[in-house]
Amino acid sequence: MNAPPPARIAVVGASAAGLGVVEGLRREGYAGGLTLIGDEPHLPYDRPPLSKQLLTGEWGSDRLGLRGAAAIEALGLDLRLGTKAVALDTRSREVRLDRGGAVGYDALVVATGAAARWLAGTRGVAGVHVLRTLEDALGFRAELRPGVRLVVVGAGFLGAEAAAVARGAGAEVTMVTDAALPLGDVLGPVLGGMLAGVHVEHGVRIVSGTRAGTVLADHGRATGVRLTDGRVLDADAVLVAVGAVPNVGWLAGSGVPLGDGVECDATLYAGSGVWAAGDVANWPHPRTGSRIRIEHRTNAAEQGIAVARNILAGPGRAVPFDPVPYVWSDQYGLRLQIYGRTRGTDTVRIVEGAPEDRKLVALYADGGRVRGVVGVNMPRATRGYRALVAETAALDERSVA
Amino acid sequence: MEISLDFDKCCGAGQCVLAAPEVFDQRDDDGVVVLLDADPPAEEYENVRRAAQVCPAAAIDVRP
Repeated sequence: MNAPPPARIAVVGASAAGLGVVEGLRREGYAGGLTLIGDEPHLPYDRPPLSKQLLTGEWGSDRLGLRGAAAIEALGLDLRLGTKAVALDTRSREVRLDRGGAVGYDALVVATGAAARWLAGTRGVAGVHVLRTLEDALGFRAELRPGVRLVVVGAGFLGAEAAAVARGAGAEVTMVTDAALPLGDVLGPVLGGMLAGVHVEHGVRIVSGTRAGTVLADHGRATGVRLTDGRVLDADAVLVAVGAVPNVGWLAGSGVPLGDGVECDATLYAGSGVWAAGDVANWPHPRTGSRIRIEHRTNAAEQGIAVARNILAGPGRAVPFDPVPYVWSDQYGLRLQIYGRTRGTDTVRIVEGAPEDRKLVALYADGGRVRGVVGVNMPRATRGYRALVAETAALDERSVA
Repeated sequence: MEISLDFDKCCGAGQCVLAAPEVFDQRDDDGVVVLLDADPPAEEYENVRRAAQVCPAAAIDVRP
């Protein structure tokens, strides 16, 4: 017999993870009080298109909704949008809100995500942008016109996707990365090199092995970026895409264990009736034992579902969260798909296709075990190798059969 | 159960195929979702709802 479920569940954060929790709870038959608090004024919307279809202008913001209004309505939520949680009292079990008042709970899910990291002193400088929210994306999109000189600081997925879109809009794009190659730490030299080649072919200038130091401005408007090696890149606009920091400030003093995010156990439980899901959750991965935090769209949804299930399972019946992470990226005509983890692996083996064709599947292994698979323009074939990642299979000849 | 797919949104993740392999597949060339069974039996409903929920592109809509 399961213990009775908590009478009142509050979820703070109304993006993919928070939505995953409330949908998961209702799908599993939870009929109790369910409050969803989100600081943005919008119904839950999707972020991956912000650096893809929304940024190109192909989609309007009306296409970003994760669910239709009717589907949200059907969840029977006490929905508090445009409302920021500012403090947590785990003794009285209350979330305090910026508008005054508080929401009581028996179980709480922290799904407050992460905020874009800025370069010091650049907030409020005209022409300097981050890309995290719908408003960010619309503001940045307005800068993209033929001839505008754009410096993209950071060459992770977000920076690389934005660079590709900006080239499509006719901007003169320079991408700055402290790594040797854009996405080199994720993809390794062969695929990273292929991707860098595609950017260069499309006219992106890549400045690698150095960092952006300061943004130069005149009358409050960005004019360039000074690199730590002293060089100056002239710019009309700057996109800062150097990662994100988990939104845990409101939990200070609450007793919820904080480090790089909310430090949960393997079941995503942080103690005192508090759970975490999505970009903000830091948990020991059952297979590796090391703590990780994942900022990917699929992880947010899966963790939301897992937390919903674990809350309802009751004490002692919660199960560890053991995902095969998945992420995709669109750049020019390329679609990259990654299952598992590629960072820090020691071997890359291309098992289908070839980099020169820009169609391939590559296995990433560490200590002879498959940890990740990367596909370029071969989505269905790539999925076929996911099982090897799930099993951390030996990278032997059978792996490529 | 009514399943509608937004093929433009589909990113070829294949998460739906993993959740409900009897109902979804992917096209070979671009990985876009293929609906194998537009009117799946009741025992598939749970899998289909999960597929809709984990789809990273929110491309699957399920009613009721």
